Amino acid sequence: MSQVVLDAKIPKGPIQDKWSNHKASVKLVSPANKRKYTIIVVGTGLAGASAAATLGELGYNVLNFCIQDSPRRAHSVAAQGGINAAKNYQNDGDSVWRLFHDTIKGGDYRAREANVYRLAELSVNIIDQAVAQGVPFAREYGGTLANRSFGGAQVSRTFYARGQTGQQLLLGAYSALMRQVAAGTVKLYPRREMLDLVIIDGRARGIVCRNLVTGELETYAGDAVVLATGGYSTVFYLSTNAVNSNATAIWRAFKKGAFFGNPCFTQIHPTCLPEAGAGQSKLTLMSESLRNDGRVWVPKKKGDTRPPHEIPESERDYFLERRYPAFGNLVPRDIASRAAKAVCDEGYGVGPTGRAVYLDFADAIKRLGVDVIRERYGNLFDMYREITGEDPYKTPMRIYPAPHYTMGGLWVDYNLMTTIPGLYALGEANFSDHGANRLGASALMQGLADGYFILPVTIGDFLADHRPDGLTTDHPAFAAAVREVNDQIKRLLSIRGKKTVRQFHWELGRIMWDYVGMSRNAQGLQKAISDIQALREEFWRDVKVVGEANDYNKDLEYAGRVADFLELGELMAMDALDREESCGGHFREEYQTPDGEALRRDDLFSHVSVWEYKGEIKDSVRHKEPLVFEYAKPSQRSYK
Amino acid sequence: MKFHLKIWRQAGPDQPGRFEEYTVDNIVPEMSFLEMLDQLNEELIREGKEPIAFESDCREGICGACGLVINGMAHGPKRGCTTCELRMREFPDGAHITVEPFRADAFPVIKDLVVDRSALDRIIAAGGYISVNTGSAPDANAIPIPKDIAEEAMDAAACIGCGACVAACPNASAALFTAAKVSHLALLPQGHPERERRVIRMVDQMDAEGFGSCSNHGECEAACPKGISIVNIARMRREYIRASTSKAGARAVL
Ligand code: SF4
Ligand code: FES
Repeated sequence: MSQVVLDAKIPKGPIQDKWSNHKASVKLVSPANKRKYTIIVVGTGLAGASAAATLGELGYNVLNFCIQDSPRRAHSVAAQGGINAAKNYQNDGDSVWRLFHDTIKGGDYRAREANVYRLAELSVNIIDQAVAQGVPFAREYGGTLANRSFGGAQVSRTFYARGQTGQQLLLGAYSALMRQVAAGTVKLYPRREMLDLVIIDGRARGIVCRNLVTGELETYAGDAVVLATGGYSTVFYLSTNAVNSNATAIWRAFKKGAFFGNPCFTQIHPTCLPEAGAGQSKLTLMSESLRNDGRVWVPKKKGDTRPPHEIPESERDYFLERRYPAFGNLVPRDIASRAAKAVCDEGYGVGPTGRAVYLDFADAIKRLGVDVIRERYGNLFDMYREITGEDPYKTPMRIYPAPHYTMGGLWVDYNLMTTIPGLYALGEANFSDHGANRLGASALMQGLADGYFILPVTIGDFLADHRPDGLTTDHPAFAAAVREVNDQIKRLLSIRGKKTVRQFHWELGRIMWDYVGMSRNAQGLQKAISDIQALREEFWRDVKVVGEANDYNKDLEYAGRVADFLELGELMAMDALDREESCGGHFREEYQTPDGEALRRDDLFSHVSVWEYKGEIKDSVRHKEPLVFEYAKPSQRSYK
Repeated sequence: MKFHLKIWRQAGPDQPGRFEEYTVDNIVPEMSFLEMLDQLNEELIREGKEPIAFESDCREGICGACGLVINGMAHGPKRGCTTCELRMREFPDGAHITVEPFRADAFPVIKDLVVDRSALDRIIAAGGYISVNTGSAPDANAIPIPKDIAEEAMDAAACIGCGACVAACPNASAALFTAAKVSHLALLPQGHPERERRVIRMVDQMDAEGFGSCSNHGECEAACPKGISIVNIARMRREYIRASTSKAGARAVL
């Protein structure tokens, strides 16, 4: 059914020269002309802040929006573990090639080679930039930078700042951003939520935002629009994402014509705190770096209720070490998550709910001493104790997988442009570099590569061909978009039904987790689709939203986001149903090897599934971008 | 568990505020303080009433969005913990709990428990950065930094910008917040070229925003969820004196 030709615009030439050739051949905007261009950047996480700051440094007129009260709070701030870079400072055989291979393989051969190579190449510049900004990465006694290893890699290439790497990198980007705010090149619009994209003559030319304090709808015009609004794991209700993380900006862009890539590719993170009880608003991630020194196990006996210290060595099953001797506890996230779910499904799970496995540091403490462990993971251990009331220095942690990251997102070409000319998507908001599974410590890398180094180059190429034309928000397209947004807000407030927004979100989350979660099958996905449709119908009939449109109104904000999740969830299920293979985080029960590993079907599914909106979610059309592997030949991913 | 709450309600910045009383029941001890408020809000919404406006995002103590004064203490009774990390097991069953916003002249109330902390962003914009454009950085290992210095800088850099230090201070001073950033960057060699103008501009901005001045009460340190030490304030003072007596510092004032 695919008539649309998706041109990824991958530059010609050998893979190691593509980016430098491209940089050398793109059109430039002269320094004197840059300030005549207005670029709208939505989002202030790693991708958004780094892009806005860099575009400002280049001299563009940048408008930067975020839903938080301060750009420093964007959810990138919560990333714990680290950031990968092919510096090979440890002299352990790392290289750009190896990082490229690891990322392609980790993504189970569902990412675009040229993008991934460029990402690996730029990884080294990111570390340089961050250090120059004053990011206090961990160091050795000699004063050089320290590294650690991370899931899915056999080299030590992860840079970190305690368990707060995301925070420190974000504060670096935020400080660069605030410097541009002071210089007047970037104008900041916090507490604004983008509710629509304005398209004029086929080009992205502006946005409609709701001012979250006054409730006013505001419009902004520009020469290009950049979405760096993050991922959509909160579609699962309980996830590790922040409670305000949402898909609204990219979803409304999708409904305005931007294609959506691989919506079903979601990452379930193996090391999260298990669900504790009713009223829980989110799940807490414990950095996967813990798997470096912690050993994962369950009792060998089903339903064993003895406390962990009473279970002798011989009666413990270190199932990751048993099943994957080469990588052991460091297998990629999707494999670790699925293995944990499998043992719990079979009845070996621990804790009050039976939906948890142990992560045990006793051996590491014996080997390295408690001080080393405290230095490495002190804040994570504190956090664990804070939440559970248990002391992980004495008793093993209990962990369980939780939705964490979405590899899917708006489809972009090599220039990070979506299918709408002038609309770009960066970071987790795009579908690009992680294929069907993201390796640990790669999200920060991608967000910053996109924002600091890629977009600032590629956007110039587009703008050079699209000179400023004096467009203002007086153009009727803006009023039309405001009308549409206003109608939706009025509708939400006028239903006055019986069920709260949170109840709908919770129910959607249940459907998503049960049928579109870690393990999926055709029947379940079909059920999910009809259940979501029914829930959406009920939402628009029976939701109760209180308060006024022209006021600070969290309930109204939330209602708009959940309305979008109720559509996105359906597209995710459709995509998962359509992809009749298992790859990375997408596990279809029908497609597995005899020993229960994911069975990829390269002959049929070596492509990006790219969805186009056609007025109803169920009518969305799937196009394909074929993936060609010239340098990293697909093999069955083995971590044994 | 059951709790009796007295919560500050205020419709808008120029409206008068007042305490309202609520009772919440069926709270489990594992619940966080904010989840308890979520539950209360769900009940209010079901009754068609306006929920209590409060802010939060990450709910794991890192974004700095949350912040309530609970029983007179910024972020509540437990040390080293943000409001979102506070669990209900810290309170005895049946307790009476008072909830107010972070109050300070420089933090005007937006609604109920939500305040405007953008003054803190403007302090950073005044100089809380190292001026280095993207692409102009030398190799990351070009400047070795002693481990203990890197650790000390990290201690200061851990500030989450929540503003509890301001709310806790009898003078509503933002000295701890500002000092954390000044220290982080003054400790590192990369931060040295701009250290004079940075401290002068940031301190001037802090004053311009209407924060009070520091008179060594130490309440900020006690309230800080990230353990930012008041040693940083002493360092900021030294930096400031150093800058005011230097040529580079004099230029910064111009
Ligand atoms: S110094 Fe502490 S209390 Fe003050 S803003 Fe930073 S983290 Fe919050
Ligand atoms: S909500 Fe992020 S620190 Fe509390």
